[in-house]
Amino acid sequence: MRPVAYSRPRTPEEAIDLLVGAGGAAMPLFGGTTLLDLAKLEVLTPARLVDLRALRPDYRAISRDSDGIISIGGLATMAEVARHPLLRREVPAIVAALDQAASPQLRNMASIAGNVLQRTRCPYYRDISWSRCNRRIPGSGCQALAGIATSHAVLGTSDACMASYPGDLAPVLAALEASAVVMGGGGRRSVPIDGLHRLPGATPQCETVLAPGELILAVRVPHFACLKRSTFVKLRNRAAYEFAEASAMVALDLEGGVVRDARVGLGGVATVPWRSRAAEARLVGMRPVDAAMDAANAAFREAVVRSDTAYKVEMGKRALVAAIRQAVAMDIADD
Amino acid sequence: MNDGHSLAPESRPAMTAARPLRADGESREAVPDIRPTVTTRFAVNGRFHAVEHDVRVTLLDLLRERLGLTGTKKGCDHGQCGACTVHVNGEAVLSCLTLAASLEDVVVTTIEGVGSPEKLHPMQQAFIDHDALQCGYCTPGQIMAAIACVRDGGARDASSVREWMSGTLCRCAAYPQIASAVLDAAGKMVD
Repeated sequence: MRPVAYSRPRTPEEAIDLLVGAGGAAMPLFGGTTLLDLAKLEVLTPARLVDLRALRPDYRAISRDSDGIISIGGLATMAEVARHPLLRREVPAIVAALDQAASPQLRNMASIAGNVLQRTRCPYYRDISWSRCNRRIPGSGCQALAGIATSHAVLGTSDACMASYPGDLAPVLAALEASAVVMGGGGRRSVPIDGLHRLPGATPQCETVLAPGELILAVRVPHFACLKRSTFVKLRNRAAYEFAEASAMVALDLEGGVVRDARVGLGGVATVPWRSRAAEARLVGMRPVDAAMDAANAAFREAVVRSDTAYKVEMGKRALVAAIRQAVAMDIADD
Repeated sequence: MNDGHSLAPESRPAMTAARPLRADGESREAVPDIRPTVTTRFAVNGRFHAVEHDVRVTLLDLLRERLGLTGTKKGCDHGQCGACTVHVNGEAVLSCLTLAASLEDVVVTTIEGVGSPEKLHPMQQAFIDHDALQCGYCTPGQIMAAIACVRDGGARDASSVREWMSGTLCRCAAYPQIASAVLDAAGKMVD
């Protein structure tokens, strides 16, 4: 790890000043589970670490307002959110995604803001001995596209990058129309999670729409009738402590066994947290189990596959069908 | 990432004339051949420490290289194996991915702060009773993860224990014995 300066700001304004002043050379630090890992590998080489630890007391709260909007502090840890009674009762998919993410130790460390912003696990991105990685060295090429893909994406890929977004939580938030409350040099704004991450396109190095110095202070989840019947299925190479090969979040609002409203999020298969409106459209007005395979096919109709990523489509479809069945089987208590 | 100081902080004045401390938690900029340092004040196993250290030093390296607490083990150093698990404010975390600088005012517990040779912690005794180790390298991390597993309600059954202990790898594969030990100790722990 390269020598690095360090600051402990006391307020978001101080943190933002430090980050904006460094013009992208400084990085915010909280749990360190992504940043320290990648800094040790010299994939990330910040000149200054801006430690947000002192801001945590003010930005960790989890609450619901009179409109039913649930707000999750950006510096709440994954473990805190997963065990919160409000979320366990109201949005089981968020809890299920977090309970299956990473390990207990990592869940105690990582913040929700940092979790959403975690970097790809693409081995060519993480290993600086590979000379080609458009995400790490703009314009250098893509080793995965040129060679062997390992758990890479089939949705949202480009001619410059096919690295998958690895997180479990962000696809859930994206599909549930959650937004990030962001503060930066230009003030406060709201950014939909579905749209926070940029498709790689020709510039995979630009990972999000956040400007240097913009911090995620909170994530807001709007109220929908489908939230209570929401669930998450994760398929991976071992039963615990592993990234998703494919994951699916399904939220259903049922009336008389027919879908009134649906949300579908997919993880592990796309370059960004993925909401499938095509799959949602195939479910609405239908009996969900009958329409499950149709929805799964629709979700992956645009998939770009090669011989070494074709399995992702099959796993993604199966994860989605399983999540639909699981959502239908949920026993939902009335308010 | 040994930053070159080997003396324990209690025997070494925290403040040195050559490198005056800044009390505001700010380090100097990185310039060639200067390694920015920062001072962190925190408690380990009930003892208070104020340590000036290279910004890059992790809690793991600080414990082992500066405080002489070598019970906490370095495995992968990238948050993948769990051998370095300690408790920060009572929660199990990976000390290899915890920057020491971020620990201002926190309370750290390591394996040295668990039980004593005369009176082992119930989890330590359970690991012995169930033969839950072979080479023993991961055991300090296993014990720290296991105590947190019980405290956090993860010791409901063998399946739950396996999930809660999944972040701590054992290359000798003593997993069945570890799960048995955790369930056994769960009924005997009082804190």
